[in-house]
Amino acid sequence: MERRTIFAGWKLPLLLVAPQLVLTFVFFYWPALVAAYESLTRTDAFGIHVVFVGLANFRDLFADPLYRAAILRTVEFCAAVTALSLGLGLVLAVAADRELRGRNLYRVLMIWPYAVAPAVSAVLWILLLNPQIGLVGRFLIAHGIRWDYALNGSQAMLMVVLASAWKQVSYNFIFVLAGLQSIPKAVIEAARMDGARGLYRFRTVVLPLLSPTLFFLVVVDLVYAAFDTFGTIWAMTQGGPAQATQTLVVKVYNDGVVNLDLGSSSAQSVVLMVGVVALTALQFRFLGRRSGT
Amino acid sequence: MATLVIENLRKSFGPIEVLHGIDLELASGEMLVIVGASGCGKSTLLRLVAGLEEPTAGRIILDGRDVTRLDPSARDIAMVFQNYALYPHMSVFDNMAYGLRIRGLPKAEIGRRVQETAALLGLEPLLARKPRQLSGGQRQRVAMGRAIVREPKLFLFDEPLSNLDAKLRVSMRAEIRRLQRRLGVTSLYVTHDQVEAMTLGDRLLVMHLGVPVQLATPMEVFDRPANTYVAGFIGTPAMNLLDATLTAGGTAARLAGGTVLAFADGRREGEEGRQLTVGIRPEHVRLEAGGMALAIDLVEPLGSETVLLGRLEDETLLSVKVHGAWTGGERTQVSIPPASLHVFDSRSGLRLDPVR
Repeated sequence: MERRTIFAGWKLPLLLVAPQLVLTFVFFYWPALVAAYESLTRTDAFGIHVVFVGLANFRDLFADPLYRAAILRTVEFCAAVTALSLGLGLVLAVAADRELRGRNLYRVLMIWPYAVAPAVSAVLWILLLNPQIGLVGRFLIAHGIRWDYALNGSQAMLMVVLASAWKQVSYNFIFVLAGLQSIPKAVIEAARMDGARGLYRFRTVVLPLLSPTLFFLVVVDLVYAAFDTFGTIWAMTQGGPAQATQTLVVKVYNDGVVNLDLGSSSAQSVVLMVGVVALTALQFRFLGRRSGT
Repeated sequence: MATLVIENLRKSFGPIEVLHGIDLELASGEMLVIVGASGCGKSTLLRLVAGLEEPTAGRIILDGRDVTRLDPSARDIAMVFQNYALYPHMSVFDNMAYGLRIRGLPKAEIGRRVQETAALLGLEPLLARKPRQLSGGQRQRVAMGRAIVREPKLFLFDEPLSNLDAKLRVSMRAEIRRLQRRLGVTSLYVTHDQVEAMTLGDRLLVMHLGVPVQLATPMEVFDRPANTYVAGFIGTPAMNLLDATLTAGGTAARLAGGTVLAFADGRREGEEGRQLTVGIRPEHVRLEAGGMALAIDLVEPLGSETVLLGRLEDETLLSVKVHGAWTGGERTQVSIPPASLHVFDSRSGLRLDPVR
């Protein structure tokens, strides 16, 4: 299975990987290192004096009730986005896996949201949900629901969860569909012959065989919800109202770029980096163990 | 144990009809083997009986009950798949118990039946294993066990031995036959392997291009093939099929090379010159000095016997099976014993029986 190309020297291979290495260094390692350094410093409001403060930023951070609230909020947000997008992706993929008319068109349409830029999708959702001009927003108000995500924190949270999940459904859909299609048809047929029907068959045969795919998606979705939703949230609510939708990434941006507390913001991004590394390591270990057997 | 009746079963995929009306009746406990080249519709027929495909027309009656429109889960039929289709995430025990659990059997009963079946198949030491920890032959056994343990009305076998190596195939073949006899479950067995078909079936159904060509016991199919397709399909090496014409009075066939073969069993209908195809099995061709000259192109030793592939004087191909090794040269002389001759109409390909 393994395909190897042996290069005679080291110059050509180095040249070939250089663009990727340079990009990774400039856009990942360098900022990460700077962030790690800045997380140990405190800069004055004008950026003139930089003081090394050790782990003080981290101590302050975890002592800050607002930060702890943001952690909790992020956990809730990630869980909700993951559950919603994975659940929808699963349902839609199961539906698309059947023999049905216009199956290919349906599949293509399902994949589109993934290609929509976060800010654009945010605007789409605002145009739907805005209490004054949004189709759904006006509908809700017309039916006596006091809908205003600019004032009501829970409603704002609901909206960013919806918009964020919507973008990720496509991704989950593709992977679950591929997972479903890799289950041998004969196994499903064998279950039918054994007398297993609909939901029972799905629960006892399809779902267990799909579980590696689902686990992979849970991790990917968690990472997505924790990090890639910044654009969507910022475009919709800027973390408001009253920090109700301020997840950790939004807080990093807010504290660093808006409030110019570079030390604390850097410390927060270091915490996030540790989180992502942990999640990825967990996934690699799990996948590695599965393929190893 | 149950009877199976199939009436005028048809199946089309879009505009293409792949099964052109099948009628079948299986007695209780009978093993019917459906044999044919790939694409003849034999697997489709099996899947229709299983309920995995919907027939375009016709009825399937199992044990007196019309199951044509029933979901597979409601038919009480078990199937052994070509690639076994075991549940990869379940142990051997759970694979076998799955169908029983769905039927809501008590736990003790499930345990007892799985143990019994495992003992029958020699699977007891493997019950805790997962399918991927089993060899091909063991998986095959588990697939059999999963079918047997349910005690269904009907067994369906979809080329169950084709993924096994030759040696294992022979022993599993005998084992399937023994088990089926012992359990007495009515069975349909699909294969493209004519040896499997001959050895396993109480009766054979030979299919060709979606049409049932012959339904008879294996020996009858071998001795009296219904048409030239069956004649060429059953038996190795394949029967020699030679062009011939009917002589005056219908008492003999004249081969293209001029040799006249008198019919041993009686006169055939038709005018002089009627186009015939006569068949002779390679093992029935005799080496005989003074017979037709045969130039041998190829000698295929099979151990206890040898197949000679040669040409008659008029370039007609003829294969001959002789006992032992071939020590003769590149030329020999052969004759065709009239008693072993099969006569077919060359246009329709149908067997021509003597006039009474």
